[in-house]
Order: sequence, then structure tokens, then C-alpha cells
Amino acid sequence: MLYAILCYHDEDVVGSWTSEQDAAVMNRLAVVQDKLAREGRLGPVARLLPTTSATTLRKDDPPVVIDGPYAETKEQLLGFYVVDCRNLDEALDVARDLGAANPGGAYEIRPVGVLNPGSVKT
Amino acid sequence: MTDAAWIDAALTSARPQAVGALLRYFRDLDIAEEAFQNACLRALNSWPQHGPPRDPAAWLIMVGRNVAIDEVRRNRRQQPLPEDEAISDLGDAEDALAERLDGSHYRDDILRLLFICCHPDLPATQQIALALRVVSGLTVKQIARAFLVSEAAMEQRITRAKARVAGAEVPFETPGAVERSERLAAVAAMVYLIFNEGYSASGDAAATRAPLCEEAIRLARLLLRLFQSEPEIMGLTALLLLQHARAAARFDAEGALVLLDDQDRSLWNQKMIAEGLALIDKAVRHRRGGPYQIQAAIAALHAGATRPEETDWRQIDLLYGALEAIQPSPVVTLNRAVAVSKVRGPQAALELIEPLAPRLSNYFHFFGVRGAFLMQLGRNDEARVAFDRAIALANSSAEAAHIRMHLDRLMRDSQPHNSKSSRK
Repeated sequence: MLYAILCYHDEDVVGSWTSEQDAAVMNRLAVVQDKLAREGRLGPVARLLPTTSATTLRKDDPPVVIDGPYAETKEQLLGFYVVDCRNLDEALDVARDLGAANPGGAYEIRPVGVLNPGSVKT
Repeated sequence: MTDAAWIDAALTSARPQAVGALLRYFRDLDIAEEAFQNACLRALNSWPQHGPPRDPAAWLIMVGRNVAIDEVRRNRRQQPLPEDEAISDLGDAEDALAERLDGSHYRDDILRLLFICCHPDLPATQQIALALRVVSGLTVKQIARAFLVSEAAMEQRITRAKARVAGAEVPFETPGAVERSERLAAVAAMVYLIFNEGYSASGDAAATRAPLCEEAIRLARLLLRLFQSEPEIMGLTALLLLQHARAAARFDAEGALVLLDDQDRSLWNQKMIAEGLALIDKAVRHRRGGPYQIQAAIAALHAGATRPEETDWRQIDLLYGALEAIQPSPVVTLNRAVAVSKVRGPQAALELIEPLAPRLSNYFHFFGVRGAFLMQLGRNDEARVAFDRAIALANSSAEAAHIRMHLDRLMRDSQPHNSKSSRK
């Protein structure tokens, strides 16, 4: 069984880390990730850019683009995509296509800062 | 989880919101700051024992308020307070609920806190010092170090700024839309000042002032979270990130300034560049351009060139032209002239900046740039005069050293092989 582990933290606090503190955390995480990777159990790992870089597409008819992260609490996170796009407009086009295929709810579009594609065999 | 570093980061990140809310309660900056300090002291005692609170800012506001009210009561022991003003227990659930409802104020609380620091009567250096002390919570010692002045002098500067702010009318009612956007513009300008205070430092000061750049970025991100749909705040944040991304490449081992063309671009921070570009993408969608967005777009064109020759100077020239149109300034024209020299050559660039001479007669960069254009044209004697003037006006030893490098080259060129390679 594949499990997704979703990372939550107070962004203000993480954003207050010095670059040394940040690097120290990343190094500690890398130790855990490397072990999983050697065992062939690590799937993609992403560190997302801050929520200030996020844009949300509400899948209404017609879809509405909103600045900022998805802030509602009445819907739940059900899945995610990682898509290679030249810019935000292209990413929004992809999201609109997906939204047309599956209306309702919303997509939060967030640039990926760091991506480790992982090594898991399925 | 409750180690000192975590608590420190939590207190730092909660500070603008907590001091902003306490200022709204007490309407006095000193009382608000002291209340926050007292709350922090209690947090250092309580959090390691009881674990961190769910909402550190709300905890600090509640405790800070209660401690301060307690203080006021003690000072007026003779006058008994009415029963309903009694301080409730720290663990009081109702109090916590009230505080969470107050959270709806917090955007204006933080904006007000930043806004009182950029009071128009305060000179820029005092605005910055006050914001770093009050909003960012840097110690007087840290700020004094960044400004290369004594701690006593900085203490005095901040005290004076506070006195002036206290004497001014600070509106505490919720601002209207126009007022809010005016406040936001003033605050954005101040954040950019803080950044430039760090960015323009060089030599030994560069390392001690670098935290100012990081603090400005933190404040810009904070503003952007509060005002998510403001393209100029996106532009400001992008601009700071794109400029700061070059930090590691801007100085050589001796602390001398390395020009953009000569920087090792592999040292540029790609994560910051990615974030800056993402923010520009977001801003562009609003189709409401502004000075920060344009400057960010210029910085993005530099960031996007893997080699200096790949820089899109034509586009940079156009963007500076747009910036001149909405924010005319001789300094903008001077920057544009550098792009013009790359696109149309040094003669056209020189013609562009000559009319600026009366207004920039005391500006280091004017003479540095003018000297460089003259040198490119092979007018070495005139170039030397301009460079000498630049050295006299240099703001730092790194700037002077950089110009001296040009002069040395002129000296070499004036030897037997005069002006052979000066035109390039």
C-alpha cells in the first residue's frame, strides 16, 4: 500500500527560521528520506513554495481564480497532481481542463520549490 | 518541540500580530511592547513545562493583556476597579474565544503597527529603526550594529522616534478602503527601505546587515498574506526575493562589490528566484502594473539570463521606460541608461544622462556610470575626471575600490597602447 504523508506546520514559524536552522532541518529529513530511498520505498517528495505564491481555482461554472491558498475547511484534500508548466497561466489551463472533467470543489495551484522524484517501484 | 529555538521562532513570528493587538487595547506603544515582553517571559517559563499553545499569538496577547491590566491596577491600588474588570484566569476558555474572534482585527492591527512606524515626520533612518525594534523585535544592540552606530546613539534615535509617534494622532478605528490602501503603500515603501539598508551595505557591513534583507522579505510575505490580491505587494515581495537571491555572488572574498556581469551565477539562490518568478506570474494576471512589479520584472530578466550575454537588455530598456513614465526620477533614467548603452551603445546612453547632471551632481553612481560610458567611447581624460568625482562621493570603501579598478584600467590603457582596447 502506498501512503501519502502530508506536511502541515505553522508557516510563520517555518518562515522565521534562519537559513542555518532551515538547512539543519532539511539535513535531518534527508537522513530519513535516504534510508527509505535505499529500500526502494520512497515516492516523490516535494517542498512547496510559501502559500503566498499559491493561486486557487474554484471549480464553479465558470471557474473563478482567487489569489492565495485554498482556505475553506468544509472540503477535504482528496488528491494532487504534479505538472510541469512554463508559468502560472499554463498551470491554470491544466487546472481548468481537469475542472471541466470533474466540476465542483477547488484546485490550489502551488509552485513546487524542491522535488525529489523518489524511487518507489509499484 | 519545546526547545529554545522553536520558542524563539514562535515568539518572533507571533510578535507583529501580538504587539499590534496589544497596541489596539492600550493605545500606547510602550505599554504594548512591555506587555508583550512580559508575555514572552512567561512563555519561556510556561511553554517548556506545559507544551506550546495551539495559537502562540493568541496566548501572548491574552497573557500580555492580563499582565498589563494587573500592572495598571497595582499602580492605582487606591482606586478600586469595578468587579467586571477583574482579570480572568489565564486558562479561561471564554477569554480564549474572545481572543479568537478578535483575530478578525489582526490584519488591521499589523498594518497599523507598521504604519505608525512610517510616520511622515520621521526621517527614513528612524522609520527603519523603529520598525525593526517594534515590529521585528530586533534588540537595540542588533539594530545599532546594522547601522554601525553605538548602542546609546541607537537607543536615543528610537526613543526620539517613539516620542514623535506618540505625539501624533494614530487613528485606531478600522480604516476605510482608501485609507487602508494608502497605509499599505506607505508600509510597502518602508519595507523596501529596510531591504535597501541591508542590500546597499558592502564590505564588513554586508554580513552584519544581511539580516535586514531577510527581515524585509519576512515583512513583505506577511503583508502579502494579509493582502493576498494586491499585485504591488506581490511585486514588492518578488523584487526583494530576486535581488536577495544574488546575495552570495555580490561580493568577492575581499568584500569588494562584484558587478552583475561578473557574478558567478551558479551562486544565485534558485529557490528564491523561483518564488519571485511565481509571484510575478500572479501579479501579471491582475493587469494593474506598478513600480514594484516593473522593478521585479527587470530583476526577473537578469535572473533568467544564465550568462550575462543572454540578458534581454531591449526588454529591460522598455521596462525602465515604463517605470520612468509612472515614477519619473533621475535615478531611474540613470539605470535605464545602462540598458540603453547595451542596446544602442555608449553615445546614446551618454546623451540620455547628460541632462541629469545638475540633479545628480552629488550622486556617486552618476559619475561612476558616466565615467564608464566615457571610457567605452575612448574619452579617457573625461572618464578619469568622472571617476575621480565618483571616488570623492563614494559611500563605502567597496564603492571607491570598484571605481579605482576602472582608473587602474585607464592608466594601463594610457600606456603605449593608448585606447586600443577601450572601445568594446
